Amino acid sequence: MTMAVTAPAATDEPGSGNPNRSWGVLAMVAPALALLVGVVLVPLAMTALLSFYRFGQYTGIETVIVLDNWADLASDPYFAEMFLRTFRIAGLVTLAACLIGAPEAYILHRMASPWKGIFLVVTLGPLLISVVARTLGWALLFGGANGVVNRVLLDMSLISAPLPFMFTETGVIVALTHVLVPFMVLSVWAVLQRLDRQVENAAVSLGAGQATILRRIVLPQVLPGVLSGAIIVFALAASAFATPAIIGGRRLKVASTLAYDEFLNTLNWPLGAAVAILLLVAIAAIVVGCNWLVERRYAEAFQ
Amino acid sequence: MSRNGPLALVFHALFMIFLLAPVVVVCVVAFTPEGFLSLPTNGLSLRWFKAIANYPEFVTAFRDSLWLAALSSCLAIGLAVPAALAVARHRFPGRDALSAFILSPLMIPHVVLGVAFLRFFTQIGLGGGMFGLVLAHTVIVLPFAFRLTLASATGFDRTLEQAAISLGASDATLFRRITLPLILPGVVSGFVLAFINSFDEVTMTVFIATPGATTLPVRMFLYIQDNIDPLVTSISAAVIAITIIALMLIEWLYGLERLLVGRHGGRE
Repeated sequence: MTMAVTAPAATDEPGSGNPNRSWGVLAMVAPALALLVGVVLVPLAMTALLSFYRFGQYTGIETVIVLDNWADLASDPYFAEMFLRTFRIAGLVTLAACLIGAPEAYILHRMASPWKGIFLVVTLGPLLISVVARTLGWALLFGGANGVVNRVLLDMSLISAPLPFMFTETGVIVALTHVLVPFMVLSVWAVLQRLDRQVENAAVSLGAGQATILRRIVLPQVLPGVLSGAIIVFALAASAFATPAIIGGRRLKVASTLAYDEFLNTLNWPLGAAVAILLLVAIAAIVVGCNWLVERRYAEAFQ
Repeated sequence: MSRNGPLALVFHALFMIFLLAPVVVVCVVAFTPEGFLSLPTNGLSLRWFKAIANYPEFVTAFRDSLWLAALSSCLAIGLAVPAALAVARHRFPGRDALSAFILSPLMIPHVVLGVAFLRFFTQIGLGGGMFGLVLAHTVIVLPFAFRLTLASATGFDRTLEQAAISLGASDATLFRRITLPLILPGVVSGFVLAFINSFDEVTMTVFIATPGATTLPVRMFLYIQDNIDPLVTSISAAVIAITIIALMLIEWLYGLERLLVGRHGGRE
């Protein structure tokens, strides 16, 4: 759930800058601040530093600053392929979540009262159910050539031979879309709640058809919600761990499962740290870039 | 009220099947009477639920997960309430930056936090204990506690507090009798969301958990990595059932939409 809260206007009377109050404010925010500096910023800095240490098979971690790990990441095609796979999966999951999540939010929005609430809870409820349990469900549904999904697809003659889902990118994409699509519904739903129904009614009274309303009235207004949902889904998909680890298995690695293997199996912590920092920077760059594009796009629209 | 066309309803039905199928299949398979993964075609059986009792490591992990979620959510609320009150009502330099900073653990991928915590706790000698887990979980649930408390602390009527002050209420009385009751809905929902997020967390925890101090989702994850059998489906089904009960309680007492979308409907 990635979002920023813009701090609301404070209610201080102007000019009430007495020193007692300043100390009071500091005392109120200091504990939270101390925890975040001590247990987030310091560890992140230590991890960044760790990524420059040397690792030897027999010597372990040596505290000398070298660029070995970063050079490995940059030059070895194995890592390039794995990061490419990570972001390909994240991109396709985002696309799938847009294509099914946004229409579903709109359908929910148009439902009559009791159903609207019930199905909204059913849609958002899975967000609170353990990711491990939900991914296990997909592992059971895929389950080799005799899996439920393949049997249904074969019975409907949509496919002629069983598709491999377990240990494939397709399987990871389907399961991750399932895990993350509620965020898209949530994001589009929030925008739809603020939509002025009178605009739609005005379009109807001016003789617009259903398709025209959808394309000319609804879509432009919900687009910011779709985009912010897409940014959330992408960031979470690119760093997802449990789902790719269970469905993708040990063979189909993504950046997060590679970092895990380096830390807990190979014990090459410096390389694992470099992978994690690279993932963090790559996701941050993409999210900040997209946010900037979206804001610029909409700033122009409102000028 | 415009209604959905037949095409929209078909789409909706398919979407619901997609969303519920994996959850339902776990719950159904959990009742299999067979010794292997299968749909219970020959009647239902509770044997795999009874089998959970023979695996004390899962029972212990479940108990520890509850303790961990409770402790870290309480700590997060304890840190978030004063910070949210400060941000909601005082103007001071760096106020927006402070808000963004307290919310920042939401933006950092949990796998990166896991790596960072593992390195940090190992270096300072806190590795492998419950204390490290509580500290790490407090950090990741703090944004939820802060965000919901902040939302409720910004909207309310300050004149009530001013009236209490003018009637001679002390700071402690003011907080206990006026401020806290007013922000309580936000504090409670922040606690609930923090608790659930801590209880479900696996990605970060898998890095810092050890056999001695671990959580249920991590145990389940590591078990599934080795093999999938009816035991882990019955455990998952139990977790799903507990979550659904909690969900219904939230919906009944507070409203899930309000919890996730926010009271003002906006999440920007």
